[in-house]
Amino acid sequence: MAAKTNKAIKVSQKHLLGIQDLSINDVNLILDDAASFIDLNKRKNKKLDILRGKTQINLFFEPSTRTQSSFELAGKRLGADVMSMNITNSAIKKGETLIDTAMTLNAMHPDLIVIRHQDSGACNLLSQKVNCSVINAGDGRREHPTQALLDALTIITRKEKIEGLKIAICGDILHSRVARSNIYLLNMLGAEVNIIAPTNLMPKDIEKFGVNIFSDMKKGLKDCDIVMMLRLQNERMSSSFISSNREYYEYYGLTQDKLIHAKNNALIMHPGPMNRGIEIDTNLADDINKSVIKEQVELGVAVRMACLKIFCE
Amino acid sequence: MKKQYFINANIIDPYNSLNEIGGLIIGEDGSIEAIGKKVNKNNIPSREKVIDLNGKHIFPGLVDMRVFAGEPGYEYKENFRTLSNAALSGGVTSVVTMPNTDPIIDNVTIVDFLKRRGRDKSKINIFPSASLTKGIEGNNMTEFGLLQKKGIIAFTDGVKTIQNTRLMYRIMTSARDLNCLILQHAEDYELAKNGMINDGVIATKLGLQGISDLAELIIIERDLTLLENIKCRYHISQISSLKSVETIKRRKQRVKFTCGVSINNLSLNENDIGDFRTFLKLSPPLRTEEDRVSLVQGLNDKIIDVIVSDHKPEDEESKRLTFAQAATGASGIETLLTLSLELYHNNSVKLETIIGALTSNPAKILKINKGNLNIGNDADFCIVDINKPWIIKKNKLTSKSKNTSIENKKTQGKVMNTFVKGVELFKL
Repeated sequence: MAAKTNKAIKVSQKHLLGIQDLSINDVNLILDDAASFIDLNKRKNKKLDILRGKTQINLFFEPSTRTQSSFELAGKRLGADVMSMNITNSAIKKGETLIDTAMTLNAMHPDLIVIRHQDSGACNLLSQKVNCSVINAGDGRREHPTQALLDALTIITRKEKIEGLKIAICGDILHSRVARSNIYLLNMLGAEVNIIAPTNLMPKDIEKFGVNIFSDMKKGLKDCDIVMMLRLQNERMSSSFISSNREYYEYYGLTQDKLIHAKNNALIMHPGPMNRGIEIDTNLADDINKSVIKEQVELGVAVRMACLKIFCE
Repeated sequence: MKKQYFINANIIDPYNSLNEIGGLIIGEDGSIEAIGKKVNKNNIPSREKVIDLNGKHIFPGLVDMRVFAGEPGYEYKENFRTLSNAALSGGVTSVVTMPNTDPIIDNVTIVDFLKRRGRDKSKINIFPSASLTKGIEGNNMTEFGLLQKKGIIAFTDGVKTIQNTRLMYRIMTSARDLNCLILQHAEDYELAKNGMINDGVIATKLGLQGISDLAELIIIERDLTLLENIKCRYHISQISSLKSVETIKRRKQRVKFTCGVSINNLSLNENDIGDFRTFLKLSPPLRTEEDRVSLVQGLNDKIIDVIVSDHKPEDEESKRLTFAQAATGASGIETLLTLSLELYHNNSVKLETIIGALTSNPAKILKINKGNLNIGNDADFCIVDINKPWIIKKNKLTSKSKNTSIENKKTQGKVMNTFVKGVELFKL
C-alpha cells in the first residue's frame, strides 16, 4: 500500500507549529515537495486526489485573506474536503474557550486543522487537545511557518540557494511572526540575516537569535541580496511606537535611494498586505524586475499543498 | 488538654536566636511551657509520654504575608477551610490574606464578616489585610484608622499598585499619622501594559509581550523617595530583579523599610515557562537566572526580609487558556517551606536565615506575636523532616486549586506535624 510512494517522506514532527521545531531535513522535505507543485498550479487541470477523503478545517480567529484563501485552495487542489471557519464572529463571542472549540471540532474527526489566532502559543495549546495534525497559520507574534517556507522557496527559485546570501528583514519586527519564522529558517539554511528597525520596534534580545541588528536602514541594507519588508502592524500597537507614518517612511520606508545600498540584483519581498507609501514605495513594490511579491503569493499555494500533504500523513 | 513532651529536636527559633538540640513542653492550655536543651529525658517525669523526634526539626509556625484566600466571592478557588488545610500541611499557621476578593475588603462592615468567617471556618490564624483604596480603584483612601481599630494589621491593594504619586504621598502621610503598615505591589502599569512574562529572549521567542524590570524599579524608586520624606511603615510585597535588589541595598542605608520576595522568584526563572506553561504566569514575572541568583544573595545579605508563598489559587478553567488569556498566579502555600529548604540543601542560604524570613521577620513587620517560640505563647509550630524526599504532584495537594508552579518537582523536606495552640491539626 505505502509502497506506492517512491521514497519514505516523513517529518520529525506531528504538527507544524513553528520553524523552530523543524530539522533541516524536514525543511528540505517540504521545500522539495513544494517545488513539485509549482508547475501543477500553472496547469489547466489543477486537481489531485492525494488528500481525497480527508477533512481539513481552517480555523481563523483573526481576519486573513491571502493565508486563508491560500490554505483553502491548497487543500482543494489536493482533493481534501475543506471547511473554513471564521471564529471572529461565532462561538468565541458566546464565551466558548479555544479548548472547547477544539474539542467540538475534534469530535468531527478532521485530519488536519489549520489555525490562525491572535495569541502566541494558541496552536500549541490546540495541538495538545486534538488527535489530528495542527498547522499553524500564524499565532500572535510568535511564528508563521508557512510564510517563511514560501519565502524560502521564492528565494531558491530566483537565487538557486539560500546559503551564503545576505538577507535584510526590515520594519516592525516586534509584532512580526513572519520575522521570527524567517530568522529561524534563513539562519538554518545558512543565510546571513540583518534585522533593520527603529529600536522601539525591535524585540528584546533579538541579537541572541544570531542576527545583526541595525537601526540605520542604509547600513543594514549594504550588500544585501534580498530585502524583505514587513508591514507596520498598527492594529497590534497599543501605544505610540513611532511618531508618524511619514517619518517612518522617511527613515524605514523602502525607496530607491535606500535600495541602492543593497546589491544591484537585490530582490524585494513583502508578506503582504502592504501599506504602500509607509513601508514601501509603490513603484518599487510593482517593479517586476525587482519585486517578487506576486511570486510569493503564487508559491504560497505550492508550499501549503506540500505542508498539508506531508503533515496529513 | 494533656501536657505534651517532645525531645531530641533540632529547634530553630530565630526570634530568640535559638538553634539547638532540645525539647519542647506544651502546657495544658496549649501554650509553650518550656523549650530548649534544658528539656530532656532526665527532667521529664518518667510516667509522662515523651515523643522522641530523633533529630527532626521544630520551627515556629510559618507566617505567610501574602495569601489570596478566595473568600468572599471566589470560594470555588479556595475557602478558609481548604486554605487552612493547605497551610497546615505546609507548616504555615498564620497568614495575611489579600483584599482582592468580591466584595473587596475596604470597609469595616466587611471586616467584621471576614473575621467571623475566619474564626469559624479556619483552623489557622487569619490576619486579613484591607485595601489602600476604595474598591482597589486607586482613587480614594480607605478608612485606615477605623479599619485598624477593627483589627486590620496591614493595608495593600494586593495585585494592584498605587499609580498616582499624589495619592501615594497622602497615603504615606496618613499611614504615618496612624502608624499603619503599607504593603506595595510594585509595578508601573504603563511600562508593564499587556505584559505577561519577563521582557527578554524568552518573551521574544514565545512572542509574548514582556514586562521590563524597570516597571518594578520605577515604583520602588518613587515610593522610597517619598518615604525618605514621609517616614511610615512601608513594605515592598515582592521584588523580582537584580536592579531592585541593588536599589534596595542602597536605599536601606538611608531609610527604614522592608521587602519581601515570592518563593517562585527565588526558585524558578523564565526558562521554566518552557512551552507556554500558564501555571508559571506570575506577577511579578519570573526573570532571568541572574535575577534569581541576586534575589538569593539579597536574602543572604538581609536586603530581603521576608519570603512569601504568593499563594494564588486559580481554578483549572482559568489556566486552560492561551497564555495571554490565562489567569496570573500559582498556588504555593503547601510547598513554601519545602521549596525554601531547597536553598539550604544547595548551600545557598543558611537555615536560620530561611526560617527567619518565614517566621520572625514577617511577624515583626506585622507587629504580631507570632512566628516565635516564646514561653507562654500559643504553641504554633511545625515538626519537619528536612531531608525527606517529596515529589510534588498537583493531585496530592490539599488546596482547592491545583495550579502549582512546580508540578513533578523533586524536593527535599516535608512537614510531618503542625500544631496550632498546642493542638496537632496536621499529621503526615
